Amino acid sequence: MTDPTRIEIALGPLLFHWPADRIRDFYARMADCAAVDRVYLGEVVCGKRAPLVDHALAEAAERLTEAGKTVVWSGLALPATLRDRKAIKVLSAETDALIEINDVSALKDRVGPFVAGPLLNIYNEGAAQELIARGCVRLCANVELSLAAVGAIAAACPGLEIELFAFGRLPLALSGRCYHARSHGLHKDACRFVCDQDPDGMDLRTLDGRAFLAVNGVQTLSHGVQLADLPPDDLRTAGVTALRLSPHHMDMAQVAEAFRGFLDGRMDAAGLHEAVAQAKPPAPFIGGYLRGQAGVEPVPS
Amino acid sequence: MGSIELVCPAGSPAMLRAAIEAGADSVYCGLRDDTNARNFPGLNFSPQELSDSVAWAHRHGARVLLAVNTFAQAGGSDRWRRSLDAAAASGADAVIVADLGVLAYAREAWPHLRLHLSVQAAAGSPEAIAFYAQAYGVKRVVLPRVLSVEEIAALMREIEVETEAFVFGGLCVMAEGRCALSSYAAGRSPNLCGVCSPPEAVSYSEEEDALVSRLAGFAMDRYAPGDPAGYPTLCKGRFEARGVLSYLFEDPVSLNAMSLLGGLKRAGVTAVKIEGRQRGKAYVARVAAAFRAAIDAIDRGESPDAYEHLLTDLAEGGRETTGAYRKRWR
Repeated sequence: MTDPTRIEIALGPLLFHWPADRIRDFYARMADCAAVDRVYLGEVVCGKRAPLVDHALAEAAERLTEAGKTVVWSGLALPATLRDRKAIKVLSAETDALIEINDVSALKDRVGPFVAGPLLNIYNEGAAQELIARGCVRLCANVELSLAAVGAIAAACPGLEIELFAFGRLPLALSGRCYHARSHGLHKDACRFVCDQDPDGMDLRTLDGRAFLAVNGVQTLSHGVQLADLPPDDLRTAGVTALRLSPHHMDMAQVAEAFRGFLDGRMDAAGLHEAVAQAKPPAPFIGGYLRGQAGVEPVPS
Repeated sequence: MGSIELVCPAGSPAMLRAAIEAGADSVYCGLRDDTNARNFPGLNFSPQELSDSVAWAHRHGARVLLAVNTFAQAGGSDRWRRSLDAAAASGADAVIVADLGVLAYAREAWPHLRLHLSVQAAAGSPEAIAFYAQAYGVKRVVLPRVLSVEEIAALMREIEVETEAFVFGGLCVMAEGRCALSSYAAGRSPNLCGVCSPPEAVSYSEEEDALVSRLAGFAMDRYAPGDPAGYPTLCKGRFEARGVLSYLFEDPVSLNAMSLLGGLKRAGVTAVKIEGRQRGKAYVARVAAAFRAAIDAIDRGESPDAYEHLLTDLAEGGRETTGAYRKRWR
């Protein structure tokens, strides 16, 4: 029997546009990583990328499933075209499989179970209960929420699994326009997929040179890398049942193992910082949102 | 009322009266707390002011829409429920809502209260709109500002609810309701607190012969001496990417889609909306009068062109755009 208080480790959907070969290699490595329990797959940010990575993701799903991981397909966050809408419909029609929903569009036709992704605007227990009535079994909390707010939602929704965005650049905004294309002087409709040049997003600095945000096509992320280093007992008290690690171009297996060690009490927060830093994240750690502060606030050292 | 309903902002009872006297068919407003997306000091209505204003508007043949369009706080939804209760008690003609929890309460507690879906819900697809219509009986959707006129026309062929489109004022670059940049930098955001780039985080400083505007310490823009300095709204800042400094997200311009009123009407849009509850009664009187004249001209079969340039000096930064409606940036 699994321990009901054991917090699971999940790998979120890859937010960036990587070449198919890198995707295959990445998930092959994650399949071998014992610390990862669940993997979300699928293009969430830009529907134009999907045909380029579909095959690699399908192969990854097979390999991860064989390795005993739970695989969950994630849907698009901001459907912009007919093709995007169809992709969401096809995903929603998978009535037997668990899927992750990231836009309200998907709720119209969904009859099976689903995970409410962090890009849905679920900020309170009333909204969560509306989703539960429609088949939501797990909520990955919106990144703006503090641990206290997440705890309030969990307390009012017994049985709902709660996932926390625990590692990676924070997904902060979506737009109808593509800033990667714009920064290269291109239009979104003829973008040449320039977002593939920045495997962790394109750094954005203020005019006095301070690192601030990261651009990933139509998405804007934090420059800093979220690190949920709160005491595991506090996480459990708040009802957290899983931590989501968002894939970056670095040693994610080491990140997953470090979090496993931290959750199991084999490592303290300082140890977590050190072990994850050794895996070479793209930017310094932040953790303000979970503590009820501005998201950009660094983790206490 | 003409063929297109003109919906104008009211940040105070005086502004509400000014808008209606200048020709607004409807006004929208919020209560004085974080349940609405223009939660600024000195702005908005008490429940009593709301009731009095609704009565005044009805006597003058106009409608009042109450915005309860932020997302309720976890463990603290009571304020949002009380706002809906106040809307129902005042006789307001509709409430503008974004949060699923708030919609659910409205449907349960006030089944006859007309529901409009706020732009903060970012419902831009026929499926999303159909979901809100079927699940909560939403009667009108305020359209995201990322759609072109052609896209709105195509959307209208697939949906069965009314739509309302922004035609003048400040412009969100990001998908409304899908942006947390403000809370990331400065702790408060539109979704949770009803403010973007909050005033308490704004500062200006003289640096090397220039004025630098900042939000929560992050430099947003730099102005030469004597040049007018803008408000440091986060998505309108100047940033450096790939070694180049630019307004990457959006040039600091305002929306003016008056020239597209005819197209929006042909697309089947029910109502057009003016942004700017924070901008006072002189502003709303001028904008409402100009749009009233333009709509009336269209209804007489005339061109609205004569009215288009009346409002240029009101644009933030003094420059205007037709926004996504012409989709030049795609």
